[in-house]
Amino acid sequence: MTGVSRQELLIFAIARLLDGCRSVAVGASSPIPGAGALLARHWAASATPSRRLFLTILGSRHLNAMTSGGVELFDMAAQGRIDAFFLGGGEIDGEANINLVGIGPYPLTTVRWPGSFGSAYLYYLVPRVILFREEHSRRVMVPRVDFISAPGPRPDGVYRPGGPIGLLTNLCWFAFDRQRRRFRLETIHPGHTLEEVRDNTGFDFDAAPSIATTTGPDSATRSVIRGPIAAEIAKAYPRFVSQVFPAAA
Amino acid sequence: MSQDWRLGSADALAAMVPDGAKLAVGTDMVGVAMELTRGLIRQGVRNLHLVCVPMSGLQAELLIGAGCVGTLETSAVSFGELGTPHRFQAALKAGAIRIMDATCPAIHAALEAGRKNIPFIPLRGLIGSDLLRHRPDWKVIDNPFAANDPIVLLPAIRPDFALIHAPYADRDGNIFIGRRRELAEMAQASIGGALVTVETVRDVDLLATEETAAGTLPAIYVAAAAVAERGAWPLGLADDYAPDEEHFRRYGELARTPEGFARYLDEFVHRRRQAAE
Repeated sequence: MTGVSRQELLIFAIARLLDGCRSVAVGASSPIPGAGALLARHWAASATPSRRLFLTILGSRHLNAMTSGGVELFDMAAQGRIDAFFLGGGEIDGEANINLVGIGPYPLTTVRWPGSFGSAYLYYLVPRVILFREEHSRRVMVPRVDFISAPGPRPDGVYRPGGPIGLLTNLCWFAFDRQRRRFRLETIHPGHTLEEVRDNTGFDFDAAPSIATTTGPDSATRSVIRGPIAAEIAKAYPRFVSQVFPAAA
Repeated sequence: MSQDWRLGSADALAAMVPDGAKLAVGTDMVGVAMELTRGLIRQGVRNLHLVCVPMSGLQAELLIGAGCVGTLETSAVSFGELGTPHRFQAALKAGAIRIMDATCPAIHAALEAGRKNIPFIPLRGLIGSDLLRHRPDWKVIDNPFAANDPIVLLPAIRPDFALIHAPYADRDGNIFIGRRRELAEMAQASIGGALVTVETVRDVDLLATEETAAGTLPAIYVAAAAVAERGAWPLGLADDYAPDEEHFRRYGELARTPEGFARYLDEFVHRRRQAAE
């Protein structure tokens, strides 16, 4: 394994998006955001002067310092103590509404996903929500979600110190403009094209005049990801690591 | 001291749960009373209102598949890395249960109101979501203390019982729960307290020292308890054992169809087969 894998590119991109964070939380079933947050923590610890990055991975006992039960993450977010969080969606639309519930005439959903988790709260309160969904297709990136688990930012007078900063997929990184309520294509991952992004996106988006290629990790960073980061994230997501980083499993 | 709190088996605890009961259950990682859950299925309890705090996995899935659930109040049903809850999905598609979709902090907050026995509690977020649109029991008000600040009110949740599995009880029926404080929240909010299974009973006093007292659910919140070794299986229990991944694989194969699920119940619930070891 010498080139940059898709997962390594995403882990690196996420770590860069977390630059400057003091506290990051990662939801259940999110190995790539978890690994990205671990890499950001590694960078903070290696900086001069060294900084601590508080990391909470839900579903992990090891990477989780909360002692007040399941409510503590939400209380911390309300207190302004969570700088960044990750959300996904079975569907995501161009106004950054996300659907984690399902498709069909609710509640008789013909396709049912697990449910909204903490999204209908954290999306409003965490300043740097990173939308992350690997699958980039027209069935995920839709014109209008079937069910709004959590609404994108809108001028409705609702208390909303937080919200999405953008959407990272297998193809690209979109920044989200909270005033215009639109995504703007910022970078495309190596090996992919604007045409491919357009073909696979069901919503309208803006495009920067010149779209850069997403930066990947250099060889030293790849070694960190494959070594200590993979070993650490295996404690929370053993199956992911055995599939993606077998040497570290 | 009297051990009036102690019953002979998980099935004896299950017999305390009437049809239509509202039960608080935790996430798959906190200490889930799976043997007690199997006891409920063996007993054939019906029309439960499950309050998942704040979500559930195999516990809700089995109860739904077995026809024990009337209403499911939850933020999610998921097995995480361990597979797909087929019976949950099928029940919603068929309209076989009433679903009250929530978000995690709403369930925690409503239980907090239940714990205080106050009628409602405000919560941030939610406004503009379809969750709110489908929850007529949730209301939006204007913050009475500030201008232009709409906020959601949630009615309190007071379950009849909380179901908990824990590593051990002490000789007086105090339960060691460690850092998972939501188990105490669930027990305290419940009108009848907690029905608890434990791996073992130790001849100690958990309240004698700060080191254990802080991680203890005091016995006053415990309706009754029973020993059930490996009582969270096939889920894991904190320091004691990991989830049984092989069992989840087998479950996933069987639960795709109603017939396969019925075979699963027959083998692992009614005939009480446990892990292959």
